[in-house]
Parts: sequence; structure tokens; C-alpha cells
Amino acid sequence: MKRFTSLFLAAVGLSATLLGCGSNVKLDEVPVENRTATSVSNAGAADPAARAVAPVQITGSGVSAVGPVGAARVIYFDFDSYVIKSEYQSAVEAHARFMASNKARKLAVEGHTDERGGREYNLALGQRRAEAVRQALGLLGVTDAQVEAVSFGKEKPAAAGSDEESLAKNRRAELNYR
Amino acid sequence: MVLLSGALLSTPLLAQFRVEVSGVGLTQMPVAVATFRGEAQAPQKIGAIVKADLERSGLFRAIDAAGQAADETTRPDLVVWRQKGADSLVTGSVTPLADGRFDVRLRLWDIVRGQDLGGQSFAVTAADLRLSAHRIADFVYERLTGEKGIFSTRIAYVTKLSQRFTLWVADSDGENAQSALASPEPIISPAWSPNGSQLAYVSFESRKPVIYAHDVASGRRRLLANFRGSNSAPAWSPDGRHIAATLSRDGGSQLYLIDANGGEPRRLTQSSSIDTEPAYSPDGKNIYFVSDRGGAPQIYRMSASGSNIDRVTFNGAYNISPAVSPDGKWLAYISRVGGAFKLQVMQLGSGTVTQITDTSADESPSFAPNSRLIVYATQQQGREALMTTTLDGKIKARLAGSSGDIREPDWGPFSR
Repeated sequence: MKRFTSLFLAAVGLSATLLGCGSNVKLDEVPVENRTATSVSNAGAADPAARAVAPVQITGSGVSAVGPVGAARVIYFDFDSYVIKSEYQSAVEAHARFMASNKARKLAVEGHTDERGGREYNLALGQRRAEAVRQALGLLGVTDAQVEAVSFGKEKPAAAGSDEESLAKNRRAELNYR
Repeated sequence: MVLLSGALLSTPLLAQFRVEVSGVGLTQMPVAVATFRGEAQAPQKIGAIVKADLERSGLFRAIDAAGQAADETTRPDLVVWRQKGADSLVTGSVTPLADGRFDVRLRLWDIVRGQDLGGQSFAVTAADLRLSAHRIADFVYERLTGEKGIFSTRIAYVTKLSQRFTLWVADSDGENAQSALASPEPIISPAWSPNGSQLAYVSFESRKPVIYAHDVASGRRRLLANFRGSNSAPAWSPDGRHIAATLSRDGGSQLYLIDANGGEPRRLTQSSSIDTEPAYSPDGKNIYFVSDRGGAPQIYRMSASGSNIDRVTFNGAYNISPAVSPDGKWLAYISRVGGAFKLQVMQLGSGTVTQITDTSADESPSFAPNSRLIVYATQQQGREALMTTTLDGKIKARLAGSSGDIREPDWGPFSR
């Protein structure tokens, strides 16, 4: 820690500002050895009104519409993977058929991750899972106009725990019709 | 979606900062904060707030004033305070005014030299008493260190309580939190605009990540990025004219530059990998970001136009969430170390890296505007909490939330 001699000297000769009303108030004179009671300028003082915070409240968002009957709506992924496992191939095909015969319908593929790691990086990882499903649907003829791949990262876990079973339930892509 | 703006949500979050000195072995200035005259009758304990601020900075050691009251007109008994070991003494008073406001006064004494180091006075409403205490702490800090204090700045953070997400704007000690946004869907990555008037953030209220810019004083919000796919990780350029962000509009998470007034984004990175978490250098010339182009997430640096990409982190296989200190000398980030996520500080000049926490789920570091403290999120006793730390990790303070998990801190700029 350095010494502060020069700062002591720098403290002299400043004048006081009222916070909030901007007028000067001279402090009472204080008996001191070799200096009169100096007051201090605080020209940078913020207007407290500028610190006001106006609250905004958001209410609920919509719910999912109906998709293909009987087809899995959630695809689970291995740790650190965005490869769609073969067991989900029939579900992807069912969604692709449904989209082909319902051209007006829109599908959101929502990627999710488990809780480990940073929020933004997990958002990007979840996006990769969503994109993998979107591309699989694309290979089956579903146009990009009908599908949007988005990510929730680790923000919307399906299971609350930190055990491996819960983590596995959270590494997923959900297919939600709009 | 329905927006309600008004006074409905102004219930303050009851949060408490506890200063926990978890390190020793550094030189601290011994300072005593006397009980302010009239403090006991005032709604805020000014002296206690000043003392906690100074302690949290890591540069000061509070000397027990043993309840000794001294106002700004009192000439301190130097012998007594020297015996207590105080090098400096803060005295003052809080006096109710006829109009309902309070007159807050302070005087700082150099006990070693027996010199008056100056005083200050504020006439404030009861609601601004805490602010006046932070300004007193700033005054003391500046007089004694020669550097600007950060106690009167603000931090933003997000809480999750049940399934309710709230974006708060609070004093730098986490207290006096005011709700800026409440939503049933997640809110992440708040980022103060350089002039401290707006927060950019990612909201999932429309069932996908979308970036808003939110004028804090008025509550007015505007969409900054609502492109196809995900929109996230907003970072203001230091001049406030642009926002760098991660968009997946062209497939894959890539970095783009968006004009703060809206318009067509300009793509900054061209890779088939993940590029995210942009963070500007304070001169605006470079952008640090996270990419897994080398097979695992590492921090890179490029020019603000997207050229000259250099890798910055080399230790370990998972380095994310870069934050550059406002003085440009330090890079804070999170590393995965043996399954734990730990805050690291790199001295950019030398490349020397120091791990400064003993927690295992650190996230989202953000520097104080004077580059002397970092606020970050972590987990303690199974709860998400915010901590501040000195850059050497020796002095930490916890913002203990009384309601829910606290996360995603961003330290605002100096007030103007």
C-alpha cells in the first residue's frame, strides 16, 4: 500500500455540493491546526431522479398447439452431444410427415442443455441440438420456412435435480407446434 | 403478452451484503467511522454503510469506533484515535430538515498528521440516504487512495424465485434493489449501456431468446434483436453506438454487430463453430469472445470489425464468459477445473492467470468501473449468490439474497 501524502494535500480547496438540490452549503468552520474546514465539490453527483427505476411486468406466454398424434415430442441427447440417436428416427419422420401434410403449421424446435457450464455457452450448445433436429427434418423435405430452431440453454430444465438422471432429462430438444 | 408499467412492483428486495474477509496478508489502511450524530434517529445507518463499503473494497481495515460519536464539527482527540490504531477518521451527522429531507454531513480526518481532509454535505430525501452514504464512502476512498470510488454506482442482477424471474437494479452493495422487469420466463445476460441509462438483456418471454434494450428510468423497452433463431449475449460498444451479439439467424451461433438504433446486423465472425459471449476492450478496438473452433470453448480476441483473430486462453479445455477491466489491464473469465467452474483473472500484459475463488460454480464476472473489484455469481450452501472480490481474491463479500437465487450480475458505469 502506497502512502497518500500527496492526496492529503490534494484535499484542500474544494467546495461542497448538495446532492439532490444542487445548491452549495458551507460546512461549519472546524478548528484545525493549520487549515480551515474546506468543503468539497462533487460536480459529478448524479441527479437522484436519474436513478429511478420504472418496473415492467410480463405476463405468461402461449402454450403449444397439437402436433402428430403418438409421436415423441422430446428428443434426448448424450452428454456434450448433438447427434440425434437412431431411436428417435421414427419420431423425426412422423413430425416430417405431419409438417408435409400441414403446410400452414409452424414448428419450434427448442434446444436445451443440462445445468453444467455457463448460461450463454449452454445457449449456443442448445442451439446446436435444435439445429440438428431442424436439419434432420430438412433432409425429410420440411422447409426452413416451417421450422425455427431456438435455444433455451440451461434456463428451462425439465428435471430439477443435479443427479445424472435429471441431467439426462434436461439434455433435449422439444418440438412445439405454434 | 401484456406489459404493465407502474408502481405495482416497487417492493424492495430485502438483501444484505455481508463483508466476509476470506483472505489475509495484505496492507490495509486502518480507518475508523464514528457514529454519525443523529444516525440513531435516521432511517439508514449511514456510518455502517460507509464502513461496509470501505471494507468491501479490500483497501481498508475498519477500526472499531466503540460507539464514539463525532460529527463534522468535532475536532477529534488525536491521541485517542491514534491509540485505537486509526490512520483516518470519518465523522459526520444526519439532521432532519423542515421539508422532510435530511442534511447529511461528513468530515474526513488524517489522524496521523492531525489534518482535516475536507468535508461534504448532502440534502437528501429518506430514499436517498443510502446513496448519500455511498457518496461519503466514495469521498473517503478518493481522498485516501487517489482513485475514484465505485460505491455510488449500481449493479443489475436477476433473481429466480419459484418460476418468477426479476431483473433488479441495486446499489453497489446489492441493497436498495428496485425491480426493472418481472417475467414468468427467464432473463439472462443484462448489460449496462456505457452511460448507465439502459440495460440490454436476453428475455425468453416470447418463447425464444430475444434481445431488448430497456430504459431503466422510464421502463420503455425496445427490441434490439428478434431475428429467426436465437438472439443472445448483448455487449455494448464503449461509445454506445453498437451492440455486439450472438445470433443464429444464418444457422449456428455467430457474432454480429447491431446498430444501437436498430437496422440490419453485420456479421462479424464466419465459422462453422460456436462464437458467442462478445466483450469489448475499453478502447473499443477489440472484441474478446468464446469459440469452440479449436474443439473446446476458449477465449479469443479479434478486431472490432472481425479480423485478426488470436487465441487468448490456453489452460484447460473450457474457458468462457470473458470480461475486460475498464482500465484494459485484466481479463476475468470462468474456467472448468476438474469439474468445477472457477473465476480466473488474467493480467493481459503478461498473460499470468490467477484462480481467485474456492467455490465451484462461478459464473458471469463483471468488473467495477474502477477495475478494482469483480462481481460474479456462484453457489453457496446450494443457493445461487453474488460475490464481490478484489482482483487478488483476498477480500470477498457476499450479497446474501433473502428471496430466491441471485445470478447474472452486471456492474454499471460511474454515474455522471
